[in-house]
Amino acid sequence: MVDWFQRTKKGLLSSEKKVIPDGLWIKCPSCNEYLYKRELDKNLGICTHCRYHFRISCDTYINILLNVFEEFNAHLKSNDPLKFKASKKYADQLKQTMAKTGANEAVKTVKGKLGDHSVVLAVMDFNFIGGSMGSVVGEKIARAIDLAHEQHLPLIIISQSGGARMMEGILSLMQMAKTSAKLAQFHDDGGLYISVLTDPTTGGTTASYAMLGDLILAEPGALIGFAGPRVIKQTIGHELPEGFQRAEFLLEKGFIDVIVERSELKTTLIKILDFFKNE
Amino acid sequence: MSTIILDFEKPIVELERKISELREHAATTGVNLEPEIKKLEEKLQKLIVKTYSNLTRWQRVQLARHPDRPYTLDYVKRICSQFMEVHGDRHFADDKAIVAGLATIDDQKVILIGHQKGRKTKENLERNFGMPHPEGYRKALRVMKLAEKFKRPVVAFIDTPGAFPGIGAEERGQAEAIAKNLFEMAKLRTPIIVIIIGEGASGGALGIGVGDRLLLLENTWYSVISPEGCASILYHDATKAPLAAEAMKVTARDLEELHIADEIIPEPPGGAHRDPDQMAAVVKERLLFHLHELQQIPIDVLIEQRIAKYAAMGSWEE
Ligand SMILES: [Zn+2]
Repeated sequence: MVDWFQRTKKGLLSSEKKVIPDGLWIKCPSCNEYLYKRELDKNLGICTHCRYHFRISCDTYINILLNVFEEFNAHLKSNDPLKFKASKKYADQLKQTMAKTGANEAVKTVKGKLGDHSVVLAVMDFNFIGGSMGSVVGEKIARAIDLAHEQHLPLIIISQSGGARMMEGILSLMQMAKTSAKLAQFHDDGGLYISVLTDPTTGGTTASYAMLGDLILAEPGALIGFAGPRVIKQTIGHELPEGFQRAEFLLEKGFIDVIVERSELKTTLIKILDFFKNE
Repeated sequence: MSTIILDFEKPIVELERKISELREHAATTGVNLEPEIKKLEEKLQKLIVKTYSNLTRWQRVQLARHPDRPYTLDYVKRICSQFMEVHGDRHFADDKAIVAGLATIDDQKVILIGHQKGRKTKENLERNFGMPHPEGYRKALRVMKLAEKFKRPVVAFIDTPGAFPGIGAEERGQAEAIAKNLFEMAKLRTPIIVIIIGEGASGGALGIGVGDRLLLLENTWYSVISPEGCASILYHDATKAPLAAEAMKVTARDLEELHIADEIIPEPPGGAHRDPDQMAAVVKERLLFHLHELQQIPIDVLIEQRIAKYAAMGSWEE
């Protein structure tokens, strides 16, 4: 069932450009300093002046974390089960997004080496329809959990998602139940699952696997929540407090374990894996 | 009788009024109007069948939200010989948007949970329009754990416009509360029956909605987002909700076709609100049927089947 793909590191780096805007200089939205793009890339998308974390691609995360890896289930594609059409056709949107991103869906699942540890890693991709979870994302995450389960490997999921995908209606919603059910089985058999939340992690993604980690890490400043800030503002009819729904806010409220800068993500994960590894 | 009349209900209500006027006239004057009344009653039956067999998805959404539609406690009153409501999540508060209690249905003792909307303004505010906060989901989980401990099945009534999007809800971990429930319900070692009686909006519904059977009343909707929410994102215009309801395929029948629903429960002609007693009788009969069926299955097999059921959901191309 598992279909192994070998991707080279060279191919991965080229897609990074889609996330950090083109051009030699980029203005940091947080401190307004101009940053030299190549420097920013080298610095993993972190502003050298204020440590603002730019959004980076799923390939970049894989690249940062793993020495060697193989992608699996890359061939899974949406078949537009509802024949969904609103202002545009979902089928067209999928086609265009695939062409733009070079990916079939909003998550990549890989098995590889993180330091000395074999791990299963799933990384969501905000560039693919806002990192939304439809049937394929749910299925790929479920299969990643199964693989970690079968092979007794730690599981890491990096979330970057606006939530469940509207264009697959109820089927998207059910992916929350599917992934949570798989995690429940994995958990009961002693599997280690580390959830990493990046900007943004909201909606059905947060309300399922993102919040179910044995440990939950988050990048600084990441927007994390159930309802989006716009919806909340509309509902309550006034402005939201400063820093509301940011990683630091969730840490204070007790919903994440630790905030980790991207530059420290790899060493932090290795520390955790080392700690829980049975000799 | 209904005080709020939806557009497509108007011709029916009009005809009903005419019939009762004729009856009254016949009674007071002694004139025999029976043949005429009979003709109109036949016409009424045909009109009802015609109207309700051709409802658009949006009209079904409207029926699901009908202010006279029976809510969770309306069913409890009609189907439980005993019900003792229990309160609170033991951490923060008692969320009145979700009710929970020890219920007896005929010879069956079950833990019953459900979203609860309010009828009047004051009650609606108290119930927060059936939109739970995290403590509601945590209360539900607490009593479900009780069900597991004492081997009582769980029956969950779903009827919510969504989990509440507010500051307190986020501060107290709305997402975590829902996620935890999905995780725990997937492996809860007791049968769970979920029944959609009105609206099933998103994670707010699913948060008490993972189980062995999913039953939907005929005029209900259940989807990943409300039609208004979908319309305001995709069309930048919430008034295009009827189009979004069509596009997202939100009705009970749609869910049957998508292999999500286990059973669609027919409603009385004109919808549940036109005959709550009959509706409750049917709901009770179907609940008992499924309770008996699920209790025959060894618990390990039941959990395996439950997880396999969710694992199979979705549609993709290999
Ligand atoms: Zn900066």
